[in-house]
Amino acid sequence: MPGVSLGCGALLRCVMTTLSNRGLHRFAVFTASCTLLLLVAGALVTSNDAGLSVPDWPLSYGSLTPPMVGGIFYEHSHRLVATFVGLLSIVLAGWLWRREPRRWVRRVGLAALGAVIAQGVLGGLTVLLYLPVPISVAHASLAQIFFSTVVSLALFTSRWWQSDLPQVEDVGTPRIRSLAVWMVAAILLQLILGAAFRHRGFGIVPHLVGAALVATLVFWTAGVLRRRFSEVPELVCCTRVLHMLIGVQLLLGGAALWSRLATREFPQPMPVMVWLTVAHTVVGALALAGAVLVTLVCFRVLRQAPQVELAASHPNMNQQGAL
Amino acid sequence: MKARYALYVVIAAALALSLVSCGKKETTETAPAAPAAPAATPIDMATVGSVTGTVKLDGPAPKPKKINMAAEPACAAEHAASPAVDQEVVAGEGGALANVIVYVKEGLGNRTFDAPKSPVAVDQKGCMYTPHVIALMAGQTLSVTNSDKTTHNIHPVPKNNREWNKSQPPGAAAIEETFAREEVSIPVKCNVHPWMKSYFAVFKHPYFQVSGASGSFDLKNLPPGTYTLEAWHEKFGTATQTVTIGAKESKTVSFVFKAAAGD
Repeated sequence: MPGVSLGCGALLRCVMTTLSNRGLHRFAVFTASCTLLLLVAGALVTSNDAGLSVPDWPLSYGSLTPPMVGGIFYEHSHRLVATFVGLLSIVLAGWLWRREPRRWVRRVGLAALGAVIAQGVLGGLTVLLYLPVPISVAHASLAQIFFSTVVSLALFTSRWWQSDLPQVEDVGTPRIRSLAVWMVAAILLQLILGAAFRHRGFGIVPHLVGAALVATLVFWTAGVLRRRFSEVPELVCCTRVLHMLIGVQLLLGGAALWSRLATREFPQPMPVMVWLTVAHTVVGALALAGAVLVTLVCFRVLRQAPQVELAASHPNMNQQGAL
Repeated sequence: MKARYALYVVIAAALALSLVSCGKKETTETAPAAPAAPAATPIDMATVGSVTGTVKLDGPAPKPKKINMAAEPACAAEHAASPAVDQEVVAGEGGALANVIVYVKEGLGNRTFDAPKSPVAVDQKGCMYTPHVIALMAGQTLSVTNSDKTTHNIHPVPKNNREWNKSQPPGAAAIEETFAREEVSIPVKCNVHPWMKSYFAVFKHPYFQVSGASGSFDLKNLPPGTYTLEAWHEKFGTATQTVTIGAKESKTVSFVFKAAAGD
């Protein structure tokens, strides 16, 4: 009988762990979705030039319920959504810390929490220091990095990531992993340049040059994925996602620039400019998160040739446990 | 290991401090230490002259653009009879151009002047700034009132003065501020209502005036001398002229801005 109870206990623990992991993954997805909403709220603040409509911080007009008129509506809504996402991040980090067996995933959870705290402080500084360009750009860029981090956590906690996946060798040159990492770096740089343009730190030219660089790297990466790994469904999906995101983003970028030029003589931000700019900013965040996911998928399912040799000589190093 | 973590903490703290100080340098420097104001240079009122004139626009004025205040019912209600339009170019009969600051740019030498004790007033009414362009002396009090039934924030964005951003709910007391340094011109905005724009111009002398609806200006009590006059408009930029005034002499000067220059 002790054997039976031990078996039931193990089964119960297994079921609980599975349910907990499923819940954790869903919670990470929910946090990522709310973060996307937060990005929309933040982009609305900048596009409506409402960043300083609330002169104080952390309270708004000395209270939690200021009059929701004009720019105050955008700024205070942004603060409310940010507070909610901050709370979600605390729960996510705590949940990971208690339930997640992989130490590196727990650390990513803590990093996300640190990022959201830093993001809150940067947001406060933008108000108290009257939108200095370096801090405003840092605030805008860290938002995108935080979003990608939470999306990555959703991937790490997914059943797919934790399942046994066949490893595919990447024998080509350049290595797809390196290419993907460069693509992520280029997109991040491009997002920083875009934020600098929106906050009047730079003109449009660096952002346009960045767009050409990003498009080149994304199409190159997608092309390599299609040529080398057409039999790997995950990577085929990645190729489609990359093409779609960058295509939509290029169109939105052109439209946002057109709307900005076309409405520059108007006495107030016009809705067409506001919404195209918001869409461009948010799809930019999605492009970064998408590129990060593609990179992580590449690291997850691809194995480089030297590692194969190493694994062949040391079979213990080929375990899946560290995933 | 501990030493490495300590190093990380120090680096992070240094980065944070440098960021904060970097921002402060740009925007939140405290009010410049007011140097002991030198005594005003006496002006011989028996010899002073004046410069009068008009500012005109050459060519058709751009059509004013309507402002959509639907997002703020309290503002929209104020303009129920006729929609509000932007005040960037206010041109009257015969091309008379309003809201142009005409001032002495050069020629006063090292003379110093006391700031007037009376404040310069600007009101927020119908979710517009009245007047649209304000000129005052460094050290002179600017008094901002809110006649609207909604909250505003007043946010000048200077390059050479201390930046500030203050909210003003309906019925609140007037906000009183001063600017320490000469600056032409400081953009002013209300971030609650993005169409609300104004300009403050700050001078270290009293020889300036904002043209009215007739486009006219009158610079009085100028000591005899040769002066560079400048006219500044928010859309059309600047124009300068040189004028020499003898004792008790009055001169007339006209400024003309090309309408196409603002396109």
